[in-house]
Amino acid sequence: MSEKKSLGGVLLNGIVNENPTFRLVLGTCPTLAVTSSALNGLGMGAAATFVLVCSNVAISMLRKFIPDQVRIPAFIVVICTFVTMVQLLMQAFVPSLYESLGMFIPLIVVNCIILARAEAFASKNSPLPSAFDGLGMGLGFTLALTLMGSIRELIGNGSVFGVNILGASYQPMLLIVLASGGFLTFGLLLGTFNLIVKKIEKKKAAKEVQAA
Amino acid sequence: MSLRISTAPHAHSPVTTQRLMLYVLIALLPAAAAGIYAFGFSALLTLCIACVSSVCAEFIWQKIAKQEVRVGDLSALVTGLILGLNLPATAPWWMVVIGSFFAIMIVKQLFGGLGDNFLNPALAARAVLLASWPVHMTNYVTPTFFQAGVDAVSTATPLATKGASLMELFLGQIPGTIGEVSKAAILVGFLFLLVTGTVNWRIPVIMVGSVFCFSWLLGGSVDGALMAILSGGVMFGAVFMATDYVTSPITPFAQVVYAFLAGLIVVVIRQFGSYPEGVTFGILLMNIVTPLLDRFLPRKIYGYQKEAKKA
Amino acid sequence: MSSVTDVLLFMVSCILTNNFIFSRFLGCCPFLGVSSKVETSVSMGLAVTFVMTIASLFCWLIYNLLLVPLRLTYMSTISFILVIAALVQFVEMFLKKSSPTLYSALGIYLPLITTNCAVLGVATLNMNSGYGLLQAVLNGTFSALGFLLAIVLMAGVRERLESSKIPACMKGFPITLVSAGLMAVAFMGFSGLV
Repeated sequence: MSEKKSLGGVLLNGIVNENPTFRLVLGTCPTLAVTSSALNGLGMGAAATFVLVCSNVAISMLRKFIPDQVRIPAFIVVICTFVTMVQLLMQAFVPSLYESLGMFIPLIVVNCIILARAEAFASKNSPLPSAFDGLGMGLGFTLALTLMGSIRELIGNGSVFGVNILGASYQPMLLIVLASGGFLTFGLLLGTFNLIVKKIEKKKAAKEVQAA
Repeated sequence: MSLRISTAPHAHSPVTTQRLMLYVLIALLPAAAAGIYAFGFSALLTLCIACVSSVCAEFIWQKIAKQEVRVGDLSALVTGLILGLNLPATAPWWMVVIGSFFAIMIVKQLFGGLGDNFLNPALAARAVLLASWPVHMTNYVTPTFFQAGVDAVSTATPLATKGASLMELFLGQIPGTIGEVSKAAILVGFLFLLVTGTVNWRIPVIMVGSVFCFSWLLGGSVDGALMAILSGGVMFGAVFMATDYVTSPITPFAQVVYAFLAGLIVVVIRQFGSYPEGVTFGILLMNIVTPLLDRFLPRKIYGYQKEAKKA
Repeated sequence: MSSVTDVLLFMVSCILTNNFIFSRFLGCCPFLGVSSKVETSVSMGLAVTFVMTIASLFCWLIYNLLLVPLRLTYMSTISFILVIAALVQFVEMFLKKSSPTLYSALGIYLPLITTNCAVLGVATLNMNSGYGLLQAVLNGTFSALGFLLAIVLMAGVRERLESSKIPACMKGFPITLVSAGLMAVAFMGFSGLV
């Protein structure tokens, strides 16, 4: 990451190439727990994005002052401060979302994505790229959560974002919005993504062979 | 394709998968016939849909995955039939199809196909359907025996048969899923499996015995305990699903522990849980424990050494 | 929490009915990451049990004796995570000195536990549910035992899957997640027990 990369590249990296959910499989607990509806997924993603951007910027600015030996506790304190802010803000302005996300808001602190970005990117780069890295990763996470939330809500409830899509005669498959459905959906989605990535790589390889 | 078996007990003769599956199919026939006799045309339809869609699911997967098509080994047909027998006769067709596809594609083929699944496909599919559409899955009707003018009465649980006598329970004049109602038919199938050496007596007998003992302990009466083993799916589960080669332990001692604990879980869920019937979950949970049982229980115990000497 | 029966029922509820992995989704990262071998998963489970019990105790004390009287309850998350991080460090040092064998068994897993959301989760859960001290500590221990059960069962299944002909795109995380989903279906049988 030390070489100069364009900000757009940094942003895209988080959304596509190193998508935290589907490529790196980090932060699985919130991915499984809050995606029983599309709105919850989006809300969780937005909260995590806010924390990611803020903590990346703060840690990047502090990177020269934090001693190497205690960097992890220091990162955690920084992250925790922003999580507490998000928690209070959500409690005040979106109480219903706050209720449905429940204890998973404070648990953003131990979301491995945030600590991983602090360690891998923010502690080595200047604030602006760090902000973009946080935004990219956050958007990637949000997209993944919203996608999973939409799929689970569609199958398990017949609606997306609360809007009924499949009609009144659809008999929802309750299991998908229950705990086990989270694991199953995530596993099958991951498998599908792996399959697609492999297909694309094969095509690329075939093209390169042709070009040569 | 042979079953993956690690040590000697089952590999005593060169029996093919197809032969084994054929025996299981034949053993299932009495239960299926009794179910169709009890619930009529709709039961036959449900069984047919389950069998056809399971075989289709297997065929489609093997075509798409570019594997050799092994529908001929009959294992998909067995899974489909067992799943069908595990459903109430009133099950809507789409639910049966979803159940069959889930059983074959997700529980079996995703893990590598026959021999590699760690759960019994039909049972896992039944649990999934039960969690997804609890109303459709517990819409049991009383048997009509093809009598005209008798209205089907639906009840919510197969265990709420307090009025039924033991004989009625045994012969299958009670509401329930297609395959589980007639204990007489299940026993005929079990005898066939024993005579042909397809299954060992250990798991079914100990599991039913364990349910009997714990029901007796908790309920306090022999009558109640007899009722417990004759109602619901205990017999069907113990004979046809707990004995699945792939998902049950290999060594005799591990099989004893497996069957005993499965019976215990069944009684606990029946008595205290929110689901009316615990057989599905009891066997599934023991399927999950099976790899650990196989690994950590001693392979020889004193009681069985004696037997070996006699032989 | 007045009688032995209550404690037993609470145990069944924490281990089976409200299993941390299969119904609450807490501690999924180590559950997916450290469950490929039975031996290591047992060590991980024991380390988590150890830390969760002590963390429940200390977090309860900090919250009820310090944060509540000082009206600093909004600081709960930050103080919990600091307590947990400090505890993990302390436990690590203590084990190193007093019991080298246990340390070598649990050693590498201890630092990982700081970011295990099950530990912070149980502290937050205790706070939200308004548990008393004894119940909070028991909740910590029993929930961790539920985690231990889940991760060991998972490891058993995964060892078995090693020799399976799983499609290439499903190998690793995807098949582990699907297995966990099917196991969660089986665990639903325990719903309503308590």
